[in-house]
Amino acid sequence: MTDITPAAKKGRLAKIIDSDIFYSYRTSPVAIVASIIATILILAAVLAPWIAPYDPFNPRTLNLMNGFTPPMSESFTGNFFLFGSDHQGRDVFSAILYGSRVSLMVGLSATLFAMVVGVTLGLIAGYRGGFTDTVIMRIADIQLSFPSILIALLIFGIARGIIPPSQQEGTAIFVLIFAIGLSDWAQFARTVRGTTMVEKQKDYVSAARILGVRSVFILIRHILPNVVGPVLVIATIGLALAIISEATLSFLGVGVPPTQPSLGTLIRIGQQFLFSGEWWILLFPAVTLILLALSVNLLGDWLRDALNPRLR
Amino acid sequence: MSNPVLSVKDLSVVFHLRRGDFTAVNGISFDIMPGEVLGVVGESGAGKSMTGTAIMGLIDRPGEVSATSITLNGDRIDGLDEQGLRKVRGKRIGMVMQDPLTSLNPLFTIGDQLVETIRRHLPLNQDQAKKRAIELLADAGIPSPEERINAYPHQFSGGMRQRVVISLALAAEPELVIADEPTSALDVSVQAQIIKVLKRLCAERGVAVMLITHDMGVIAEAADRMIVMNKGQIVETGSVGDIIHRPKEPYTKKLIEAIPSIKAQNPRFVAAQARGEHEGPKSEETLVVVEGLTKEFDLSPSRLSRFLGGERKIVKAVNDVSFKIERGQTYGLVGESGSGKSTCARMMVGLLPPTGGSVKLEGADIWNDKAAIAQRRSKIQMIFQDPYASLNPRWRVGEIIAEPIRALGLSRNSGEVGDRVAELLRRVRLDPEVMRKYPHEFSGGQRQRIAIARALSSQPEFIICDEPTSALDVSVQAQVLELMSQLQDEFGLTYLLISHNLAVVRQMADAVGVLHHGVLVENGPVEEIFGAPKADYTKMLLDAVPDIAKVA
Repeated sequence: MTDITPAAKKGRLAKIIDSDIFYSYRTSPVAIVASIIATILILAAVLAPWIAPYDPFNPRTLNLMNGFTPPMSESFTGNFFLFGSDHQGRDVFSAILYGSRVSLMVGLSATLFAMVVGVTLGLIAGYRGGFTDTVIMRIADIQLSFPSILIALLIFGIARGIIPPSQQEGTAIFVLIFAIGLSDWAQFARTVRGTTMVEKQKDYVSAARILGVRSVFILIRHILPNVVGPVLVIATIGLALAIISEATLSFLGVGVPPTQPSLGTLIRIGQQFLFSGEWWILLFPAVTLILLALSVNLLGDWLRDALNPRLR
Repeated sequence: MSNPVLSVKDLSVVFHLRRGDFTAVNGISFDIMPGEVLGVVGESGAGKSMTGTAIMGLIDRPGEVSATSITLNGDRIDGLDEQGLRKVRGKRIGMVMQDPLTSLNPLFTIGDQLVETIRRHLPLNQDQAKKRAIELLADAGIPSPEERINAYPHQFSGGMRQRVVISLALAAEPELVIADEPTSALDVSVQAQIIKVLKRLCAERGVAVMLITHDMGVIAEAADRMIVMNKGQIVETGSVGDIIHRPKEPYTKKLIEAIPSIKAQNPRFVAAQARGEHEGPKSEETLVVVEGLTKEFDLSPSRLSRFLGGERKIVKAVNDVSFKIERGQTYGLVGESGSGKSTCARMMVGLLPPTGGSVKLEGADIWNDKAAIAQRRSKIQMIFQDPYASLNPRWRVGEIIAEPIRALGLSRNSGEVGDRVAELLRRVRLDPEVMRKYPHEFSGGQRQRIAIARALSSQPEFIICDEPTSALDVSVQAQVLELMSQLQDEFGLTYLLISHNLAVVRQMADAVGVLHHGVLVENGPVEEIFGAPKADYTKMLLDAVPDIAKVA
């Protein structure tokens, strides 16, 4: 029926360039710009120890006389600060690089954690149905009716109560990851449950059941590969949300310890000086956070549309 | 000679896709005369629906319609803007679509929908329009239309709903009705009635009909003249009788030969008769025994609402069904939708536990005998209706076919598994190279071959085929049925063939059972059932089948 020549045998790279998803990427300026910004920010964060001009957290290198240096100008000791310095004479640019590192690490780990929990529970709920489904999904519903930041605060508070104070500093990041992850699993569970309920009706699952294949294997080998698409989309959008959640918690002072400041911590520090004229301490971390969250979010939106055959 | 109602000259529909242009309809021309029923047949992708959609101006981007001219009673209707088209659609051209569930708005009563359409196009007031709506419904054979006019679409059965759609299409007194697969979603017995209604109403009003369908039988029953389409082009045009009895083009010949006829005798029976045996093929051994098989579905409301006064409601989907299948033979199970055919199949293959009765394979109960449960997993296999849903899209063909071998532990050596998969692919007439591809790279017929290869890979004795060809085009159906017969001889397989297509069953089966509302109304050798049916239901079913052999 078709006059379309099928993609003949080509190299792997050529196949990727020829694929529908790459075509949709090439023709979407938003996706291209967003991916470039996200890549630059992520690379900058990963390579922070090598590209940061100063070590912002080594008190020995800080000089209080360098405090409140405006952007693009030389300080008292003759150091150049691209984005200016804060009240302690710390380079804002370097602090942002190290801060994005923490933000991204927490965001990625939390999303991964939420994904594992959500996908597992969603698969079980969708496949088993009945009582199991009711229990899991009602928990998800209850959780979704609270703002996720509240849930994260709650979990964070409980963890603080359980962990002895001597270990709180070292475990703070893990508690944060756990809290954000647990506040975000319900989205994954809902989507995966829906897709699972559709897929389990299909005849390829019946064909496996006829052979007596165990449910665990049907879920992992048959159904899981078919729910990956929507999960990827939620994970991308969830990453942006997790970064923002982390920033919010750190801004409130319940997130990462001050020895490892994230973008949220930097914004908290900066807002103290906003009305005294030292705007750069707040502005640059805030813009970085916005760019990071926005670019990741736009990529998520594009991915959702690109994977939806009806919108093609 | 009068002027044609619809005259299409050089119509093309091209889709501009990023991998190049795809021509769905390629420069076709035809006329429809007043009062004429023109049948348009072709296999999927032939461009027949696209032609109807293009005439109504409903092609969306990236599709592009071009034509020298499309005229409706002398007025050009190609290249009209949206407003001009709206005056043509509904008013001058009525439409009947395949799925009656989606072509009616579920939120309005059918009366509202009819009156609205009538008043938009005809200068009538509310009462006159309502009166006319009732007349239309009565004409379309809806009993007590005065009451039914206030009913919602979901309160009608599929066939009744399609009658409403026909009334709606005729409401504004159009000059032409375009009916796209109007009966394909309906059961045979209902299909026959709908064709009659459509034909009678259009004849009474002198409305021309463009009847688009893949089913040559429907055309044979309803149309005067027909167009055979293939790959966007008209292959052959002529009167229905001429084309069916004296097809000129090789494509048409091939198409007509591929249609199984309900009137044709079972080839194996004919062969046996020639050898002087009168009772058809004989067998020494009974392989499958189904006894008193029953399945009840509990549709009761939840415990809480029952406590508050709701009543228990139990539906018997399958009711005391018993039959036997001889080794090496094919048993056909026929019935309309909802008759319990598929429920039977699922109980016999081990997917759905029966409420009562037993299924015995070689004398062992496959539900209650521990050893037999293990046995059934390799010995009973199933081929499903929809080859698009029965193969996991994320698995390679080689993995799909090897699944039974691995799951049942028949072989753990991957070299050996690979060899067996290659052999199976050769058996279903596919290139063993394809095992590295994914299912989406194959056509429906090829996918069904892959599904057959998977069913064969556990070396089963008994294969349950649930509507194995109803999702396929006729020519592909013929190939798949041919393959199934060959494999039956090669491996000595026993089939249970479930189908709503009586012609297919007559061609393939040795014995037949007729299911109606979960009850087996008739059961016996194929030639007895088709030659001299005893049950009234079977007779009705056989009469309703549209058949090309009925054309004079």
